[in-house]
Amino acid sequence: MLTFRDLLIRAKAQIKEVMPADVEPRLGDPDLLLLDVREHEEYEQGAIPGAHLIPRGLLESSVAMQVPDPNTEIVVYCAGGARSALAALSLQQLGYRNVVSMDGGFGLWKAEGRPWSEPVTLSADQKMRYSRHTILPEVGEEGQAKLLSSRVLLVGAGGLGSPAALYLAAAGVGTLGVVDFDVVDASNLQRQILHNMDRLGHPKVESARETLTALNPDVKVEPYGQRLSAQNVLEVMSGYDLVVDGGDNFPTRYLVNDASLHLRVPVVHGAIFRFEGQTSVFYPYQGPCYRCLFPQPPPPELAPSCAEAGVLGVLPGIIGSIEAMEAIKILLGIGEPLVGKLLTYDALTQDFRTLKLRRNPDCPACADESRPPAIVEYDQYCMPAGSVSRTV
Amino acid sequence: MTHTIRLPTILRVHAGGEATVSARGGTVGEAFADLGKRYPGLVRQLLDPDGSVPVFVNVFLNDEDIRYLQGLNTPISAPSEIILLPSVAGG
Repeated sequence: MLTFRDLLIRAKAQIKEVMPADVEPRLGDPDLLLLDVREHEEYEQGAIPGAHLIPRGLLESSVAMQVPDPNTEIVVYCAGGARSALAALSLQQLGYRNVVSMDGGFGLWKAEGRPWSEPVTLSADQKMRYSRHTILPEVGEEGQAKLLSSRVLLVGAGGLGSPAALYLAAAGVGTLGVVDFDVVDASNLQRQILHNMDRLGHPKVESARETLTALNPDVKVEPYGQRLSAQNVLEVMSGYDLVVDGGDNFPTRYLVNDASLHLRVPVVHGAIFRFEGQTSVFYPYQGPCYRCLFPQPPPPELAPSCAEAGVLGVLPGIIGSIEAMEAIKILLGIGEPLVGKLLTYDALTQDFRTLKLRRNPDCPACADESRPPAIVEYDQYCMPAGSVSRTV
Repeated sequence: MTHTIRLPTILRVHAGGEATVSARGGTVGEAFADLGKRYPGLVRQLLDPDGSVPVFVNVFLNDEDIRYLQGLNTPISAPSEIILLPSVAGG
């Protein structure tokens, strides 16, 4: 019969090992998966930043779901290097081609003074609620904790704001600011699914708060029952990690764009008309801004509002949901947000297209990072008012 | 060389309700001129009286904004798609 030591020696002979000093320079490398195979309780007391936890006992049964690419570069670690050696061998046998075990484990890592942190952990209820998120390696408990501490401002609690807010609340984005000066009207309910018949005549921000906190008590809703204006836009938008624009008029969109350039807050943009939708991400100074794409609004006869022209109710559901997805990607730092790209959707032909957007080197709003646009109240023509020296 | 021009909802009324129309030409401007022969009302909406593209009209050749190519003089070397992107603000 073999002893554990024999088994370990055999395993180590069949795998490659690295030392903590080899791993530390790779911290933060998105191509490297640091796999912690200790138990939950050990992980919660301290782990290597960015590590993904799959306890040894669940490794073989769940790794394929969480790490689908067999070419993924994986460094496995445990407390001392024994469990990780066995885990590395098991991963090799499963077909992972690029696996090493970190000898000495987290114990040696810590003793050598290398960086570690106590992962933000979720409560038992939160582990249950967000389990379909946390099992995704791109999210994990760390990503979920990041969402819970994130702050997103929704401009508008209407057609686009409704699905965006519902999905962001369901996803556990911890603070949702909602700006809308309007009250719930029966004509809203064909698409604005935050609201219902009991709330007719109520402020939309209050209706939004009731719906969102009933869906997820982890979410704090900050209502702003006012119209965004040149006077309040910087104050309202400051302190948020990003803005989801679900406004319904050009002046507000240009105002939000200007303020985002002052505050360097990314804006997830969505706009709809009848059966057509558009969405993009305007990331200040990293890509084009709204005014790079639309230097001026069209004359009113070419841009009737939804109230004048109609909109099929499902359309904002689709575009607002894409906005929520883009917001979560940005908050988690995963995937490729629609920066420099405009996704267009035609519901009648079910046609999605991605157009390239460029930053206008002469853009009156974003060409000069040191001089963001003056914050002014726009009329229907939305003409830029010049720039000012940066103060924030 | 025939190109497909995709129209936003707001302009389809000037093209008999069609979502796409065809036009011929070796540049974007030539394609619009060809379009104007069949749909003069459409091109009046699309272009300024001097024949230039108004700043609020966004024209994409395939997936590229012609503002960052050569505008109406942008050559088209193969049958292409010209997309007129509406600027919409609904929410």
